[in-house]
Amino acid sequence: MSDKKANETEMTGAAMVVRALKDHGIKHIFGYPGGAVLPIYDEIFQQSDVEHILVRHEQGAGHAAEGYARSTGLPGVVLVTSGPGATNMVTPLTDALMDSIPLVCITGQVPTHLIGNDAFQECDTVGITRPCTKHNWLVRNVNDLPRVLHEAFYVATTGRPGPVVVDIPKDVQFALGMYHPPRKSDVHVSYAPRVKGDALQIRKAVSLLAHAKKPVIYSGGGVINSGREGAKLLRELVQTTGFPITSTLMGLGAYPASGPNWLGMLGMHGTYEANMAMHDCDVMLCIGARFDDRITGRTDAFSPGSKKIHVDIDPSSINKNIRVDIPIIGDAANVMSDLLQVFKAEAKKPDIKAWWNQIAQWKARNSLAYKQSNDVILPQYAIQKLFELTRGKDTYITTEVGQHQMWAAQFYGFEEPHRWMTSGGLGTMGYGLPAALGVQVAHPDSLVIDIAGDASVQMTMQEMSTAVQYELPIKIFILNNQYMGMVRQWQQLLHGNRLSHSYSEALPDFVKLADAYGCVGIQATKPGDLEGAIKEMIKVKKPVLFDCRVAALENCFPMIPSGKAHNEMLLPAEANDEATAKAFAGGKALV
Amino acid sequence: MNQPASAYFLEDRHDPNETHTLSVLVANEPGVLARVIGLFSGRGYNIDSLTVSETEHQKHVSRITIVTTGTPMVIEQIKHQLDRMIPVYRVVDMTTAGRSLERELAMVKVKGTGDPRVEALRLAEAFRARVIDATTESFVFEITGNTGKIDQFIELMKPLGLVEVSRTGVAAISRGPEGM
Repeated sequence: MSDKKANETEMTGAAMVVRALKDHGIKHIFGYPGGAVLPIYDEIFQQSDVEHILVRHEQGAGHAAEGYARSTGLPGVVLVTSGPGATNMVTPLTDALMDSIPLVCITGQVPTHLIGNDAFQECDTVGITRPCTKHNWLVRNVNDLPRVLHEAFYVATTGRPGPVVVDIPKDVQFALGMYHPPRKSDVHVSYAPRVKGDALQIRKAVSLLAHAKKPVIYSGGGVINSGREGAKLLRELVQTTGFPITSTLMGLGAYPASGPNWLGMLGMHGTYEANMAMHDCDVMLCIGARFDDRITGRTDAFSPGSKKIHVDIDPSSINKNIRVDIPIIGDAANVMSDLLQVFKAEAKKPDIKAWWNQIAQWKARNSLAYKQSNDVILPQYAIQKLFELTRGKDTYITTEVGQHQMWAAQFYGFEEPHRWMTSGGLGTMGYGLPAALGVQVAHPDSLVIDIAGDASVQMTMQEMSTAVQYELPIKIFILNNQYMGMVRQWQQLLHGNRLSHSYSEALPDFVKLADAYGCVGIQATKPGDLEGAIKEMIKVKKPVLFDCRVAALENCFPMIPSGKAHNEMLLPAEANDEATAKAFAGGKALV
Repeated sequence: MNQPASAYFLEDRHDPNETHTLSVLVANEPGVLARVIGLFSGRGYNIDSLTVSETEHQKHVSRITIVTTGTPMVIEQIKHQLDRMIPVYRVVDMTTAGRSLERELAMVKVKGTGDPRVEALRLAEAFRARVIDATTESFVFEITGNTGKIDQFIELMKPLGLVEVSRTGVAAISRGPEGM
């Protein structure tokens, strides 16, 4: 007890917040001030250990913190005011919950005696954010604040990571209380995520893997979240077993795209070979992925002949969408390490030559093919060119949501984890630009590129002003086709080509806009100009808006049409009107 | 099967539904019940009955008993989703964990005179319901038992002048010496 007391220091609630950030090693936070957080901003003003990045809209702060977190593996921290400050955070919180990103969001609240009175800028922050956080707290007593802050960091970063909210009324920020550094008793005893996989289940998994004839490894964001060790062990596992590997959108980079066993991304816009391997395999090893509906396609026809092993740290991911044979609850890195140990001791690489031959045949279909043009820039070509010219550089890629995101996933080769930041689960347009800000704050000397669409990028465009203020040289590479391309693609395929509100009739002149913000605008309209323009973009040490004018009506293939299985993919070469109509038959709009 | 134009696979599943009683031990702190109820409404699960009360004052532990209906896969999801909430200590499925006792208490108001009134009192005796309030033209019965017994009692009271019913919902506990 005396030990405990010795560590305690008296200070205000606002000072506790800044002190806790320091105690948790936080160097940067993203935020926007307002009435209910002024005491905390006053504390921030009087120190220099924690740098505050002022955004232009709270949503920008949230996505920037997500980008920061995903590119470093550290928690992202956000500070916003009550009411609209908190409600503007709902989108990034939900985004972080869906993609398992550790975020700690501190919100101001009206003074405790006004809570429930419809006070100015009051909202029920814990009520509103309850379904979009891993956990949240309203702190009514300053002496609870240190415990709650420490628990918040612990909950956000352990188990399946996720966003948390700590709501602090203004009077609690002013009140004096006793602060203590993080200690074990700060955390609910009921919260104890399981890290180590069950030994018996791991043994069963190994015996299944050792006898596989047509195996496939399907990895996801959980491998990235399990730290640098996760990707290292995944590579070792692939090498030790000799199995083919595919990843979800969230898992790209854990296994290098140039690796010999790489099948490409799987799912709705994944490669033919990845999806066919998933469909025809006899043993599926799923690590840190959750059988999301963009991955499975039709669930009752999903990989019908396979035994499935599922490694996940969250027990609620098991048997949620797809029934599996061997569930293993635990941290991806920890379980892979055990799997490898048992595999090396008790099993041999199975002979799967015939399976690789089959895969080579699927690969030969060249499912990512597209028709090159000399007159207009094809979006796929633009990303290939961007990849070519940034390859080997210290590059981080973020994206918005839509066709450009899928093309980026298909055509940009990721060699390392933590280099690819995209909104997977929630599909948040406007994610990429502020996320790039956060990445650039964490990696000031790296090349950070947001592969964007003309529609998405306008949702959080105001953050260019933040980039200019903090001299963050982010590159916004806009594939400008003047459409909400993915919406239009669905309307073409499923709604009788009635392009309802998917055309942007009044786009800004992005080059002039860049000028207005005080950054650099570059435009490319012809394939021949592209290389020079991209080189110029890379060279400029300022934020850049790159207006890449691409073919307006290009669509994203290959594709698993809705309601179809993995082996019913629509390939680009076959995607003429008739085949498309047939693939989507049953869609009433096409009748 | 034809499916309308949709970005989602619209599956119709025909797994039969099951009814399960779950006991959930939680830290008794503000908002914990809202978290549990929010989980059910947010994910589209059913609540047939819900009972909450603090059971260990010193340790701030409350016990929530939930009766829910769903396919086996959904019931499994509900248990995992509850279990991963930060203030939840334990989730036990009383329906599969072995033999358990389930009880509900109901207060049943019946109005009437003459033969129906006598009949109501006679049935109450048969059901071991107690009279806890009486006027010359009404009774309030207190009855405890499992859900089926109470449903049946209420059904019998309907033609005899049933006015209103207040029920606690199900509380459950396992048989034998072990706790949850």
